[in-house]
Amino acid sequence: LEPLTNAAGPPKVTDRPVEEHPIVQNLRAWDDRAVAEASQFRGELTIVLPPERLRRAAEYLQAEPGLQFDLLSDISAVDRFPIEPRFEVNYHLVSIPLRQTLRLRVWISGQDPALDTLIPVWPTANWHEREIYDLFGIRFEGHPDLHRILMPDDWEGHPLRKDYPVEGFGT
Amino acid sequence: MTTIETAAGTAQTMVLNMGPQHPSTHGVLRVVLELDGETVVKARPEIGYLHTGIEKSCEALTYSQAITLTDRIDYLAPLSNNLGYCLAVEKLLGMEVPKRAQYIRVLLTEMTRLNSHLVWLGTHAMDLGATSVMLYCFREREEILKIFEMVSGQRMMTSYFRIGGLALEPPPGWLDRVRRFIEMLPSRVEEYENLLTRNSIWLMRTQGVGILGATDAIALGVTGPMLRAAGVAYDVRKVFPYSSYDEFNFDVPTRTEGDSYARYLVRLAEMRESLKIIRQAMDKIPPEGPIKADAPGIIPPPREKMKTEMEALIYHFKIFTEGFAPPPGEVYQRIESPRGEVGYFVVSDGSPKPYRVKVRAPSFVNLQALPKLSEGGVVADMIACIGTIDIVLGEVDR
Repeated sequence: LEPLTNAAGPPKVTDRPVEEHPIVQNLRAWDDRAVAEASQFRGELTIVLPPERLRRAAEYLQAEPGLQFDLLSDISAVDRFPIEPRFEVNYHLVSIPLRQTLRLRVWISGQDPALDTLIPVWPTANWHEREIYDLFGIRFEGHPDLHRILMPDDWEGHPLRKDYPVEGFGT
Repeated sequence: MTTIETAAGTAQTMVLNMGPQHPSTHGVLRVVLELDGETVVKARPEIGYLHTGIEKSCEALTYSQAITLTDRIDYLAPLSNNLGYCLAVEKLLGMEVPKRAQYIRVLLTEMTRLNSHLVWLGTHAMDLGATSVMLYCFREREEILKIFEMVSGQRMMTSYFRIGGLALEPPPGWLDRVRRFIEMLPSRVEEYENLLTRNSIWLMRTQGVGILGATDAIALGVTGPMLRAAGVAYDVRKVFPYSSYDEFNFDVPTRTEGDSYARYLVRLAEMRESLKIIRQAMDKIPPEGPIKADAPGIIPPPREKMKTEMEALIYHFKIFTEGFAPPPGEVYQRIESPRGEVGYFVVSDGSPKPYRVKVRAPSFVNLQALPKLSEGGVVADMIACIGTIDIVLGEVDR
């Protein structure tokens, strides 16, 4: 009997070394400390940025003619409780003219989690950031309209945090 | 209420609540409008009335169980959401799905697109006063739902796509029924066009209403027919093909006006393209062959095998008691749903339950453009603006 996890076999994607990826090289050439870590899984490139460089890197990724990441598809937060730094925030980018995709990731601490808003770069970030504020309790500095979007305004707690039970409190 | 300066002097604006119970909001959407007479000064959508915590619930279920929740996100396109989620988990597993299953998936997701566009056309036309179109559209949609029922046993919450393939072999004769349907539909689409495309009331209600240009659309993250009506040919099926879409020959209809009428024309053209894809898929689907991947620990074994083979019984027991555990990692799978880009971001920590499932819902993102579409227009055009976005509130609130 094969072990269950191996039933699908190894990944079929042919990954090239991540440091040689043109997007990673481009970012490194722009700012030596912009890329904290780069990895590839199932053909998807993830670049980890230091949180304080997120805003400038976003502006660069959108404006640079060799990158042109004009569409911000999605922002997703993940709670890694009880690991510290606790939250990861993933930005899924698409370059419509160059047909490429990229995931940006920043790690932020569970102590008073906060991050720069990306609304000036991609206005679509507005509701995504409100949703993350609502469900994870991460503040976005400089957001013009940061309040709950899905839960009622007087709700207590942030439901998608891992220390929030699925069945809720007090039921 | 605020005081504003107008040409005639100072005036006071009025705040009007539209919804959450309003027939034209297609569910429970509340829009807080600030009006200067008939003109919309500010529109602020308020959402969350249908929030059911689907993403949180997924974390408490196994990978296979979570499929049933994806149906309920966008109840007009359940199969598109099934597909997005299954593809994400398959990518996580590094699993290859048999071609036959892939073609059947393509055929059924295109039927879903027809279904969704028919409901959109019917309700949008009814909102703007053309009641008869709704009756025609629902007549055709009924046939699609009957095909879904024939294939999966369910009209709406099908859960027909499973991780690694399909739930069950489609019944004999189902393709004949699909053929009869797609032979009938083109003339029906023409009928809708005769009712609306050159209808002067329809033109007055939609032309130049709710204009969204390409730059604004991309900046606001708008995808799907709304983006294509603004002149950007971004279709995930073409740009990042999945499930063998690269083997199909179809066009991506675009317009450049970016108004409600352009979006109407794009959606009608998309229905014709879907028919083209369905026709090709019918030729491609082999009459026989596997509909599930060969992965013993992940795909439940057939019933007969369980009664004769020990391993099959063990696998069956393990899959339904524990589930299966993909390797740790995360993937983002995007697909083109009738409303735009659906994205599933699935994170695995190596356990049998997803650590995090995030749904990128196109309705949620597209609804953000509502103030841009409606501000500066009149209240009556609000209805056209909401209708033209084609929102499904279940998907907005998840």
